[in-house]
Amino acid sequence: MDTLLSSPQMVVEDRARQLFRVSRRAFTDEAVLEAERHNIFDRCWVYLGHSSEIPNNCDFITRAVAGRELIFNRDHKGVVHAFLNTCPHRGAMVVREKKGNSRAFRCFYHGWTFDGTGRFASRFGEGNYGKEHYSGCADLGQAPRLENYRDFWFVNFDKNAVSLSDYLAGAKEYIDLVADHAEAGMEIVGSGQQYIVNANWKLLAENSIDAFHGFPVHSTYFDYLKSLGSLRSDAGGSNFSASGMHDLGNGHAVIEYASPWGRPVARWVPSMGEDKRAHIEALRSELIKRFGEQRGTRIAEFSRNMLIFPNLVINDIMAITVRTFMPDRPNRMTVSAWALGARGEDHDLRKLRLFNFLEFLGPGGFATPDDQEALENCQRGYINMREVGWNDISKGMPRNGPPMNDDEEQMRCFWRQWRERMSDGRMGAVA
Amino acid sequence: MNADAGMSRRLASDASGLRGRIEDFLYLEADLLDEWKIEEWFALFAEGATYEVPPIGEAGEPDPATSLFYIADDYVRLRERVVRLTKKEAHSEFPRSQQRHMISNVRITGLSGGVADVSCNFVTYRAKRGVVDTYYGKHVYRIDCGVEPFKIKAKRSILGMDMLYPGKLTIII
Repeated sequence: MDTLLSSPQMVVEDRARQLFRVSRRAFTDEAVLEAERHNIFDRCWVYLGHSSEIPNNCDFITRAVAGRELIFNRDHKGVVHAFLNTCPHRGAMVVREKKGNSRAFRCFYHGWTFDGTGRFASRFGEGNYGKEHYSGCADLGQAPRLENYRDFWFVNFDKNAVSLSDYLAGAKEYIDLVADHAEAGMEIVGSGQQYIVNANWKLLAENSIDAFHGFPVHSTYFDYLKSLGSLRSDAGGSNFSASGMHDLGNGHAVIEYASPWGRPVARWVPSMGEDKRAHIEALRSELIKRFGEQRGTRIAEFSRNMLIFPNLVINDIMAITVRTFMPDRPNRMTVSAWALGARGEDHDLRKLRLFNFLEFLGPGGFATPDDQEALENCQRGYINMREVGWNDISKGMPRNGPPMNDDEEQMRCFWRQWRERMSDGRMGAVA
Repeated sequence: MNADAGMSRRLASDASGLRGRIEDFLYLEADLLDEWKIEEWFALFAEGATYEVPPIGEAGEPDPATSLFYIADDYVRLRERVVRLTKKEAHSEFPRSQQRHMISNVRITGLSGGVADVSCNFVTYRAKRGVVDTYYGKHVYRIDCGVEPFKIKAKRSILGMDMLYPGKLTIII
């Protein structure tokens, strides 16, 4: 313990002693958050939104991402952009609505106007502005990099960053497993849920891919499934099976497992009703036809919780949630969560998907609030950090063979990446 | 049918009296929630009733079949929500928060077959470990006034906030 306490590092991996420790200062210190802004959120690919949120030309949404305020839009030709939502004139936020459809954006302060490609489009009379003004210096600022993978759009504020494809590394295979649910593609359903959690953002990164807490924290959810007669324990019916985790590179990780709950695509359980059984089984057969027995069953039956470093979660469980979160203080984050479903999904199945989502997920679900309680409880416990200063993330370190999904190796992947980025910064390294 | 229409007329002809009785009923509901008598609260609902909290800021009348709500319970899941809240393992409400439910602006907006459409404003305070959460908005009910005691056939709590600042919706607001 003494060596850990006196270590200047905040992430300590001691393989010989099979101990992995994270300093609680990483969750409480304003200087750490400031360094995270520079070393992580200014340099990693950060999730912006999904293509389906701006389906038509001239659609736009505004969104806070990586500590910025952005406009995510499709111009009149359908090209997607990410602009910094600030007027190049005096700084006012140009777009104040959450979403809409417009060929132009007009700042209400002095009326500077921009077209959907961000170009300055006001025509002031002669004598007001010189030629230079119209040649780019009064255009909306753009996020330095904007790329997408299978309709998931990301921005990067480091213009020299590796490509999104290289950054996502092994996570692409698991995005595919979600994007392949429907041949027509996937879409965000309705608007998202946005809420505050009074805990450090990294606690939610850990929690979102943590199977270890499942039974202790969510016993009331499993009681609910039991009470409905919907706890289905048979898995698959094919030779595919999974119960483990995968290090996807660059701090991304996923756990994959046979789960007891129903899945709209495509695992029927009794509470869904006999009337939907044939339909859901047909979707399952369709997947097997498209991808073969193994991959088809894998998509239909198995659940996956994935963290894409630093702050994107895609959990393909009893429904699919896309979740991102951003700190504004060491002990506070804003969470944005959406439901993802098949494009053009049948009305009854869509209803079922949303019903399923809410049984577990979100501020009114039977599980998410207890996660929040756990996270906030951790944050409160850190008040004792001068005496008890380290978190333990060692579960599974002595295991021979591949890690189990309820080990903590996936969190160690996150923390190793965090340590690397925090100690490799152009700004003060603190880890 | 005729008897029903007669009752409906009787109710309608005494609109202010009916509103008073509905207000009393809603005060009873609020008191049961304040006191954590949630099983008794659930007994106020008619079989087949629904309980919903729609998404914030969505125009019109959102449908839980096409929009992502915060809560969209059918009768069975509402029962299960109540069962869950009675357990110590509903960690977010252990130890239990303290609550106070305020309602005002009670109006009957429709009456048909003894079933009243009722709306009211609400403010609900939830306190736990020194943090006070405030929820506010409008409740929209369908209340069967043709039975004694009245029964709630549907309750929809429309949040008037622009974001879910408290983060959780673990109590019944």
